[in-house]
Amino acid sequence: MSEWWTYTLSDLLMFSKPTYFRLFALLNEAVWPAHLVALLAGLALVAAILRGAGKAGRLAAALLAICWLWVAWTYHAQRYAGINLAAPYFAMGFALQTVLLCWLATRRRAPAIASWRGPLGGLAFGLVLAALLLYPLFAAFDGRDWRQAEVFGIAPDPTVAATLGMLLLWRAPWFLWIVPLLWCAVSGATLMELRSPQAWALPAAGLLVLLAVFIARLRMRPLPRQHPTG
Amino acid sequence: MSTHVPERRRILKASLHAMLAGAGCALAPPLPAQQPSLLTRPIPSSGERLPVVGLGSWITFNVGDDAQARAACTEVVKAFFAGGGRLIDSSPMYGSAQSVIGDALARLKHPQALFAADKVWTGAGSNGPAQVEASRKLWRIPRFDLLQVHNLLAWEAHLPLLLRMKASNRLRYVGITTSEGRRHGEIVRLMESQPLDFVQVSYNVLDREVENRILPLARERRIAVIVNRPFRQGELTQGLAGKPLPGWAAEIGCTSWAQVLLKFIVSHPDVTCAIPATSNPRHATENMLAARGPMPDQNLRRRIVADVTKLT
Repeated sequence: MSEWWTYTLSDLLMFSKPTYFRLFALLNEAVWPAHLVALLAGLALVAAILRGAGKAGRLAAALLAICWLWVAWTYHAQRYAGINLAAPYFAMGFALQTVLLCWLATRRRAPAIASWRGPLGGLAFGLVLAALLLYPLFAAFDGRDWRQAEVFGIAPDPTVAATLGMLLLWRAPWFLWIVPLLWCAVSGATLMELRSPQAWALPAAGLLVLLAVFIARLRMRPLPRQHPTG
Repeated sequence: MSTHVPERRRILKASLHAMLAGAGCALAPPLPAQQPSLLTRPIPSSGERLPVVGLGSWITFNVGDDAQARAACTEVVKAFFAGGGRLIDSSPMYGSAQSVIGDALARLKHPQALFAADKVWTGAGSNGPAQVEASRKLWRIPRFDLLQVHNLLAWEAHLPLLLRMKASNRLRYVGITTSEGRRHGEIVRLMESQPLDFVQVSYNVLDREVENRILPLARERRIAVIVNRPFRQGELTQGLAGKPLPGWAAEIGCTSWAQVLLKFIVSHPDVTCAIPATSNPRHATENMLAARGPMPDQNLRRRIVADVTKLT
């Protein structure tokens, strides 16, 4: 189409809000009791953050890699693709992130987890906790059926939110940020178009961590040389 | 040739069904005897009559594999046919909508009245035949009545394909579509130069640009007009929700804003059919009622524009 710029997101979004959130109800029903495994994975992430050693960093990266692959297959490829023609590409993006997280988990220098104390660590830890505890409550806040709850390790948004927190704690290389940040934009735009009150959540998390990384880098930059005075 | 006889019979039966429904005949299912007659308009290139309200499937029928939602869509299609409807429109662009329609038609034992309208939507001309065949299989029908080039995408390749299909009796009508006022200049050029049976455009109380050039040209070139986005993707019905209907609504037999908005569109003499989409069977029934009873005259049409503009 030579006139792509005349299309708004509403022209391209081919499903309704009830249909979108019904997917989570159907997904939750289909994969239960995988939620218990996802909960254990979430608790393991928290334990890894509290422990903070290199081995814990590897374990956290490996757990997240499994979560990303699971979401790529069970959500994007098997369900979301049924209503969104772009979902197979999202599945590929999530699979790519799986590869990158596997690389992080197995590289020679273990991905050490920075301390969760302090503003940067606190923000990161807070994001992981929000992904685990707050995200499933969004369905209730929006007046939707609790069966539509988005759970870490099962649904994409809480998985991405927890990953952002871990990336911050790992001081991960830039290329590990690309897919999660792109998903923040895609999910935020989709939910905004569906007029969902939680639309701001993931883009806000993405912006917050970007800002945190930017400020941290500024602080680490050596001060300009002072001219001798007097 | 013998293979076309059942098809001809199907078309005759469907036309008879529309006529009976139009006449409010007791044989037409399951309308009350007092029901005002169904307004139909002829397709200029053939004279075949279509009820002025059809059924769209954009967004509303894209429900994936959700069995519960698919069952609701079947109820919508059932209500649509019960109200005398015929034309159902879809596109490969609409996700799972084609398969949902196919599912509904199979469950309803393939209603004879169906006028199947779909589109070809692929940037590569060479993919056109395969896409049309894939769409037909999803609809689970022997052939489409109408195929349209969706948003003029690669029309240079697809239009000759559709015209060849029509020439070889694999298709009955050929059309082109646009939405939201895009590429109207090119639409006009094709209407002037190509042997089109249908053109599909956006038209509603607030978006009336097609009145200036496309609708008069359709009359002149004897092209049927399908109207999409009659409610501006729900924006109009949502904007008018809860606002009391003006007194004039009763004069044209309207009990809802949706009916007013539809009657405004189908009362234009150059419009053949409007295709509102819904996932609610009650709304499908309500929409079909907009094809019945008195229609607004020019004065009332102007008043509808003024009142809706004021209220939204």
